[in-house]
Amino acid sequence: MSLQTLKGVWWKKVDASEKIWLAIALLWCLILFAMMPLWHLKGGQNPSFETYRTTPAQYMEKVEAFVESGPKVGEEKGLPVIAPDPAQDVYMLGRLWQWYPALKLKKGETYRLHLSSMDLVHGFSLFPLNLNFMVLPGYEYVLTITPTTSGEVFVVCNEFCGIGHHQMVGKITVE
Amino acid sequence: MATEAVFRTCAQTGLRVHNHAERLIKVHAVAGVFSILFGGIAAILVLLTRWPAVHLLDPTSFYRALTFHGINMLIFWIIFFEIAVLYFAGPIVLGSRLAWPRVGWLGFALMVAGSVLIDVAILAGRADVMMTSYAPLQAVSYFYLGWILFAVGALVGVCNFFASLVVARAERTYEGSIPLVTFGAATAGIIAVVTLAHGAIIYVPTWLWSLGIIQTIDPGIYRLVWWGLGHSSQQINVSAMVTIWYLLATLTVGATPVNEKVCRSAFLLYILFINLASAHHLLVDPQLSPAWKIWNTSYGMYLAVLASMVHGMTVPASVEVAQRKKGLTKGLFEWLAKAPWGNPGFAALALSLVLFGFIGGITGVTFGAEQVNIISHNTLRITGHFHATVVAGTTIAFMGLTYYVVPLIFRRHLISVKLATTQIYLFAIGMTIFIGGMTTAGSYAIPRRHWDVQFTSSIFQPPVEAAAFAFLGIMGVGGLFALAGGALYVVITVGSVLFGRRVPDTAGAVPLAALPQDRGQHVPIKGTLVLVFVFLASFVIYYFLNWKWLAAIWIIK
Repeated sequence: MSLQTLKGVWWKKVDASEKIWLAIALLWCLILFAMMPLWHLKGGQNPSFETYRTTPAQYMEKVEAFVESGPKVGEEKGLPVIAPDPAQDVYMLGRLWQWYPALKLKKGETYRLHLSSMDLVHGFSLFPLNLNFMVLPGYEYVLTITPTTSGEVFVVCNEFCGIGHHQMVGKITVE
Repeated sequence: MATEAVFRTCAQTGLRVHNHAERLIKVHAVAGVFSILFGGIAAILVLLTRWPAVHLLDPTSFYRALTFHGINMLIFWIIFFEIAVLYFAGPIVLGSRLAWPRVGWLGFALMVAGSVLIDVAILAGRADVMMTSYAPLQAVSYFYLGWILFAVGALVGVCNFFASLVVARAERTYEGSIPLVTFGAATAGIIAVVTLAHGAIIYVPTWLWSLGIIQTIDPGIYRLVWWGLGHSSQQINVSAMVTIWYLLATLTVGATPVNEKVCRSAFLLYILFINLASAHHLLVDPQLSPAWKIWNTSYGMYLAVLASMVHGMTVPASVEVAQRKKGLTKGLFEWLAKAPWGNPGFAALALSLVLFGFIGGITGVTFGAEQVNIISHNTLRITGHFHATVVAGTTIAFMGLTYYVVPLIFRRHLISVKLATTQIYLFAIGMTIFIGGMTTAGSYAIPRRHWDVQFTSSIFQPPVEAAAFAFLGIMGVGGLFALAGGALYVVITVGSVLFGRRVPDTAGAVPLAALPQDRGQHVPIKGTLVLVFVFLASFVIYYFLNWKWLAAIWIIK
């Protein structure tokens, strides 16, 4: 019983039926482990590891330059809508409580999407696609993304960032 | 000091009980029950707000209630109870005195002071920062001070436990190797030291930052170190819960571990690997490399998962062997069918094990795969997962154990054993429905920590699938059952301690399972093997389904 002290030699041989489970469980654990490096080699969805140190001020400059160079194709709810060329870097920022600017992307094209925060920690969640990344102030995160579906997707903030957190919704349109 | 210690001999278990250890168990358990009561009241408000059909609170009250709920449940309820478990598994199981009674009271006072400071800060509206308080989001300085006091108090309790192990050894209160329950508790204690050290490392600078002494806290470093506290504190639970599984198996069916070497090696794997899993929270963060993420999120190479899979086999195996020795040998499952399902302790053991393993364990490992985390992070899938581990797993185990703590430590009969059994089933069924609704809603990208998933006050209104709302409704209904079960737990526990009949000091007054006779025969564990392979099949299916879902989203690297 589990409340008794053990005397003498208690480290007995492991029974065959227990050994079977131990071996299979270990094998399964190794498969679980192998899946992650394998997906980096063969899979299409992997967290980016391209990151740069930045400051809110530096990053703001980049975003402003991006929005100015455009091409701006419209305005929605006060947000400029930018339809970037896939060859150029794409920028978006999170701040209380807005994702700026809105984007118009082309299906099947590959973009380098830069993300950072102006203030608190935010969560970049493409809704309802369900694709989630963290956005931290001071870190410029570069995701290389290829939209494979068209239509409107929304950028929902999914990390608590104060009282207006639930209002923080941006937009990406894919044609 | 040794001469001052006052002991009683427990008429039920024959254990020598040091009065200070017993009193400290009582006060920690009481503080734990208060915490689950506070957290439970907040749970009502959170649930009724996240249920879109009800949407009770305004945003400020919701975020405040959610912060309060998280900290009171995940930190206070769990850690107060765990320190009580340590005071039992150390000095009492070994028949020794508690090493430092006064220090034990000091630790308790610090924990209470810390928890009061934190709760006051939250209720005063000075700490609407969620449990994680991610810098640069800032709370009032005494909120952080509360965390430091609580962590130091808990650390004092853990050290007192270790000191008592040394005392027991030195004063030869036992012979041979320590029992498995003490071994498992020591594992939890070691993990607790690592965890609480992370707490100190992150909260001391954050406290100084809130006072204006330090200028900045790097948000990436904060998340890295904070999760060394936040996730690892839940790993104390895993070790404590598994320890309680073995204990309940002994108390309810007279089970003996089939192979002590296997069980103890699995606990050692926890010590070595389980804390790496704090990486689960950082998989889609910018500041860390894939190599770091893969190694850490996999607990090394899933060796802590291996440990849990071992316990998942050895605990039911110990029950099966004990039952078969009693003559319940028919077929694969007579031992299980004729188990004491009317005993709240056994019901808690069985449900905690199954719900923790099948739901909590499988979802945790799957969402913790680096890439699968892209389709899980910060959605309700995550909260669904940890309600399965910490609530359906740990909390149900703690509830089951409470129904032994009340008669054995408080020496009061339960006001109703039947009601206690009903409570366990009601809570477990409610939680299962709740978790199913929550996790599935999360797979429609419904975010956690969010006041309004209908986005009525934002500039854009993303379309939410009708199914997601249906699952949020299921979550709401299940949550109500679970809340009823939780309330019943508080009522039974408090009612029994205050009004229960006194347990007389005569052997057999509290029914404890007899140990079956050991005739040295080999007892098969066929039924257990069938169960664990059903588990493995569910695991494999759910795991690869998630990779399939992942492959369907945008290409990203």
